[in-house]
Amino acid sequence: MTVYDIIFYLFALITVGSAFFVVTLRNILHSAFFLLFALFGIAGLYVLLSADFIAVVQLVVYVGGILVVLIFGVMLTNKITHVQIKSGTLQIIPAAIGTLVLGFALIKIFLTTNWKTVQLSAESSSVQGLGILLVNQYSVVFELLGILLLIALIGAASMARR
Amino acid sequence: MIHIGLIHYLIVSSILFCLGIFGVITRKNAIMVLMGIELILNSANINFVAFARYGNFGNSGQLTALFVIILAAAEAAIAMAIVLNIYKMFSTINVDEIDTLKD
Repeated sequence: MTVYDIIFYLFALITVGSAFFVVTLRNILHSAFFLLFALFGIAGLYVLLSADFIAVVQLVVYVGGILVVLIFGVMLTNKITHVQIKSGTLQIIPAAIGTLVLGFALIKIFLTTNWKTVQLSAESSSVQGLGILLVNQYSVVFELLGILLLIALIGAASMARR
Repeated sequence: MIHIGLIHYLIVSSILFCLGIFGVITRKNAIMVLMGIELILNSANINFVAFARYGNFGNSGQLTALFVIILAAAEAAIAMAIVLNIYKMFSTINVDEIDTLKD
């Protein structure tokens, strides 16, 4: 068992355990904080996959942006002084059975498929390759995403002010 | 002892996907549904990055993961605006109580 394996199992355990608490805890704020740990664990998995830039973007956008937006939403839509910040649940047992079946099916498919993998080489930073791809092959997608973010910004602002 | 390969990442991502689905279909609170959606998007992202590493696809997989992160940010902002409007109108964001379209 190499160091890589140990670190992978550590991050996988953090990710899966935190995700489990995200969907089972009743307090929404506790769920939000466990989502933070799950996103950190996923960023660690990206680092292990030698996707350094994606890991940093994950930390900046998800932990710094989306999670803050979610916690803002929790704070703005619950009467904190009167009511406990709780989230009810519906139909846990059928949902648990369904997702267990789905999960076993997915894992069975993943295990039985003969994936074609290549010999791994030690990779350097992927930032240069990503940047070159982004302004050459994917430049249209890049521009469209810029427009989409602008539309989302204006739309969210105008909807929230109404 | 098997070394860590593609299959380990795929299993982690499928567990995350199932937990996200479970959160989406069991929670009443709209923000908890959003958190489940974030978990699902992240599990898809792990698959993209893992296939980009272990398949022979260059950096395109990582770039797709980047696009998914950007779309998730836009989606979270829009969804939060909608949730705030729903809260102003109904004083609740439990998705099972917002059923005025039904009869």
